[in-house]
Amino acid sequence: MSAAEETIQERTAALKGLGTSRKRVEDARFTQGKGNYVDDIKMPDMLFGDFVRSPYAHARVKSIDSSAAMAVPGVIAVLTAQDLEPLSLHWMPTLAGDKQMVLADGKVLFQGQEVAFVVAEDRYIAADAVDLVQVEYEELPVLVDPFKAELPDAPVLREDIADATEGAHGPRRHPNHIFTWEQGDKSATEAVLAEAPVVAEEMVYYHRTHPCPMETCGAVASMDKVNGKLTLWGTFQAPHVVRTVASLLSGIAEHNIRVVSPDIGGGFGNKVGVYPGYVCAIVASIVTGQPVKWIEDRMENLSATAFARDYWMKGKIAATDDGKILGLWCHTTADHGAFDACADPTKYPAGFMNICTGSYDIPMAYLAVDGIYTNKAPGGVAYRCSFRVTEAAYFIERMIEVLAIKLNMDAAELRAKNFIRKDQFPYHSALGWEYDSGDYHTAWNKALEAVNYTGLRAEQAQQVEDFKAGKTRKLMGIGLCHFTEIVGAGPVKNCDILGMGMFDSCEIRIHPTGSAIARLGTISQGQGHATTFAQILASEIGISADDITVEEGDTDTAPYGLGTYGSRSTPVAGAATAMAGRKIRAKAQMIAAYLLEVHDNDIEWEVDRFVVKGAPERFKTMKEVAFASYTQVIPGVEPGLEAVSYYDPPNMTYPFGAYICVMDIDVDTGESDIRQFYALDDCGTRINPMIIEGQVHGGLTEALAIALGQEIAYDELGNVKTGSLMDFFIPTSWETPNYQTDFTETPSPHHPIGAKGVGESPNVGGVPAFSNAINDAFRAFGLTHTHMPHDHWRIWKTANDLGLHS
Amino acid sequence: MIPGRFEYHQPETLPAAVALLSDLGEDARVIAGGHSLIPMMKLRLAMPEHLIDLRAIGTLRHITVADGQVRIGAMTTQAEIIDSGALQQSAPILRETSLQIADPQVRYAGTIGGNVANGDPGNDMPALMQCLDASFKLQGPSGEREVAAREFYEAAYFTARDDLEILTEILFPVSTAGYAYEKQKRKIGDYATAAAAVLLGKGADGNCNHAAIALTNLADTPIYCEEACAQLLQSGVNAASIQSAVQSAMGQIEPVDDNRGPAEFKKHAAAVILKRAIDIAWSRN
Repeated sequence: MSAAEETIQERTAALKGLGTSRKRVEDARFTQGKGNYVDDIKMPDMLFGDFVRSPYAHARVKSIDSSAAMAVPGVIAVLTAQDLEPLSLHWMPTLAGDKQMVLADGKVLFQGQEVAFVVAEDRYIAADAVDLVQVEYEELPVLVDPFKAELPDAPVLREDIADATEGAHGPRRHPNHIFTWEQGDKSATEAVLAEAPVVAEEMVYYHRTHPCPMETCGAVASMDKVNGKLTLWGTFQAPHVVRTVASLLSGIAEHNIRVVSPDIGGGFGNKVGVYPGYVCAIVASIVTGQPVKWIEDRMENLSATAFARDYWMKGKIAATDDGKILGLWCHTTADHGAFDACADPTKYPAGFMNICTGSYDIPMAYLAVDGIYTNKAPGGVAYRCSFRVTEAAYFIERMIEVLAIKLNMDAAELRAKNFIRKDQFPYHSALGWEYDSGDYHTAWNKALEAVNYTGLRAEQAQQVEDFKAGKTRKLMGIGLCHFTEIVGAGPVKNCDILGMGMFDSCEIRIHPTGSAIARLGTISQGQGHATTFAQILASEIGISADDITVEEGDTDTAPYGLGTYGSRSTPVAGAATAMAGRKIRAKAQMIAAYLLEVHDNDIEWEVDRFVVKGAPERFKTMKEVAFASYTQVIPGVEPGLEAVSYYDPPNMTYPFGAYICVMDIDVDTGESDIRQFYALDDCGTRINPMIIEGQVHGGLTEALAIALGQEIAYDELGNVKTGSLMDFFIPTSWETPNYQTDFTETPSPHHPIGAKGVGESPNVGGVPAFSNAINDAFRAFGLTHTHMPHDHWRIWKTANDLGLHS
Repeated sequence: MIPGRFEYHQPETLPAAVALLSDLGEDARVIAGGHSLIPMMKLRLAMPEHLIDLRAIGTLRHITVADGQVRIGAMTTQAEIIDSGALQQSAPILRETSLQIADPQVRYAGTIGGNVANGDPGNDMPALMQCLDASFKLQGPSGEREVAAREFYEAAYFTARDDLEILTEILFPVSTAGYAYEKQKRKIGDYATAAAAVLLGKGADGNCNHAAIALTNLADTPIYCEEACAQLLQSGVNAASIQSAVQSAMGQIEPVDDNRGPAEFKKHAAAVILKRAIDIAWSRN
């Protein structure tokens, strides 16, 4: 069949563009063990670095004796803060405007903190030598409770800034206080609360957890002393920013640094920040002139590199007697650990926590967040979410339930009564955001119908009766959640990281034979960028996705971008891809018009070709145009077919969804069993439905983990109690329920293809759905709220406290 | 997660292994499937200078059922136990328990000998062996002896096995009584929050003619519940006797607080799990 005889439908399908469930091109190598991760990098003479870490949460370092370690054959060096100080590298800046010790400078502030860096010929020798470094500690009082941080007798953690009354985000009122961040109208909100007919109050704790990607963090630094070039391979979610930071810290000119993120085995926010291991590997390579590898093990990953959450959110929500919400008040105590190393845009020290009005039309709101130092690991990253959006969604979705209890009202009805209506978009929230688009009522009604919500409530009521009659020891919980995310950071006018505007980029080169390569400023950690970005481009330029290579992660070749986290790749880099594709098409149109001997305006684009208006048999395909651009002289047009776009989004995108979880709970053992989970996602234009479904399954499973048991717990001495996968809950297929996915499609009005991003929605919406189900099961017995994680013994305790065991 | 230095030995016969262990003494540890020892070594909580791997000793890997007795070589893996038709006939509780140990990958390597010999209170096989009234054959420099499972466990990681002895075989009578191994755990791969092994035989007259009950991970050793068994044998299996048997068993346990929950919770859960196990075992007659 010739190209002319194919139908438009056939030609469109052949592109495998937008809306196609195209198989992931990455999976051939991942499923065959052919990926290339940082730890796969092996170089001649490569050395290995390993950390001596603090066993104490708070202690003075009296002395470090590395003589026994240095005596081990094969040990090259033992670096301490003293060695880094002449280079001013014993401390480093954090992304949140604070600074962090690279190696312990006089004291340690959390268990697992980096104290010395042993460099040896292999990792076995390094581990042996780590054991031989003698560190003398003097234990200091430990602060693990953020509510005790500002007591008069609280130990002062950060002696380096004890007297600083001004921090990166405004005034500090105590040596353990980092910042206060306020949004909204305090006095007006408090006035609403004072006069409202109904006010519900609750303390909602979103416990400390950890992204725990399958691959831990690591780096290989290689300083070539002949040409002065430093190459740094690492598990970086933002390789270009790492290059700039490395240049600023080391003084090596930026063009002499090449940063490469190879395949990354999951990031989930854990790989956004800069860690002492990277700095030490670079220094060790500069000092020795040999490549140095550092790879953390699982326990190091869980106890020392970035945690997530740990927000104590005190809420008040005001409403009329019939359930119309009048105002929302929130005070959050944010436990940041020993250093403020949150990965947030500079102007947002509590991320986008001010999305905490959720999916609701709340006329008045106030939010204050106090950041606090404690003797815990630093971090506070966005674990599969946009900055602090999970915390915000969990807070409002719990507060809605608490209000429903107070009003003695059905929680689904209360939500529907307060949703922002379709005709209110673009919607300006009381805490300052402009929601781009949404149709919440349609999604909500679809969800309620899909699960037969009325039937479920009737069944639940019967089960409560049966329980009271002694016929069963099980309770049924129905967990509702309607979430609204804010992703795609973000507009350069208000979003930057270390001053770098949060745009992103795409550079496209069409080859003479009509295939292409696209390079982006983002970096996939499993999201499937090589698959989906090729699909965006295929629909824009009419070249099959199979003929487009997508490349990311090498700063020597990729255009500058801010990386992949916070569901920003599709909203920002995806937009850049579409825009660059449109530039290609604009130039191609001129070439096609020349080839067809008509005016530019006399041809129009049709799937994969330019067609002369009114003469459909006269056309030039993009492939033919590409060839011509390299082989013919086109008057007035440069040879070749390339384009680049740096995209600064005009707004964030606001994906949303309706999730319903049905759970059976054994009140005697505290075991929970998920009977049904329905997830409706609206991520705007859908690029690859299969990948969306995979993302939803993965995100829901992480949400399940967090809600039902996953935590980083500390004892009173600041010892990490959940530092291995024996205790840190990662669900297997056995614990993972069947998920029922669904969608509505409300495009973003400001995004070139209308896409909003989806990877993080299931984590943001999943956690409240799971938690609400547990809470809801006990509603009939007088429970208002119980904290996560809902593991067996905590569920059992809830039942026990309600007198259900007597 | 890097172990200390050690020498690796792989003897091919049992006498060679025993001799090696005698020569190397307390600096050596015997390794079977390695799923207890290797994690301890990676954490450097165990730093043996010599590892004696029993994998190459073929005589330690067998399942034999004859004359009313089951004999299992210490190096038999959990996966082999699960796959054995003979064991399914002669001791179905063993398969039910093995299926609840860790995950398939672990069960391909983990052995029954390693599981019972280590004295880890979290392991499932020790309580089961007490329930089956098994005995363990131990081979040392001065010969061979047998110790009953109910006498074997002294404290966490302390057993009747001498440091120079190797546990070579497990023996127990064929058991076709009603059975159940019930285990509450947080997830696949976890040790028990509470677990109970129960065997209950039903005579032609409908009375209980055999009772054996043992509990996992509720004290620093497995708990054999002799008095609870006596109650079921004396009074038959009914609601009242089950309740008093459970109550008696709960008097023996000493769970400790850990990440699975406080002792108070574990006591409650253990009672529920034991009752479930008794109900299921009795119903399988």
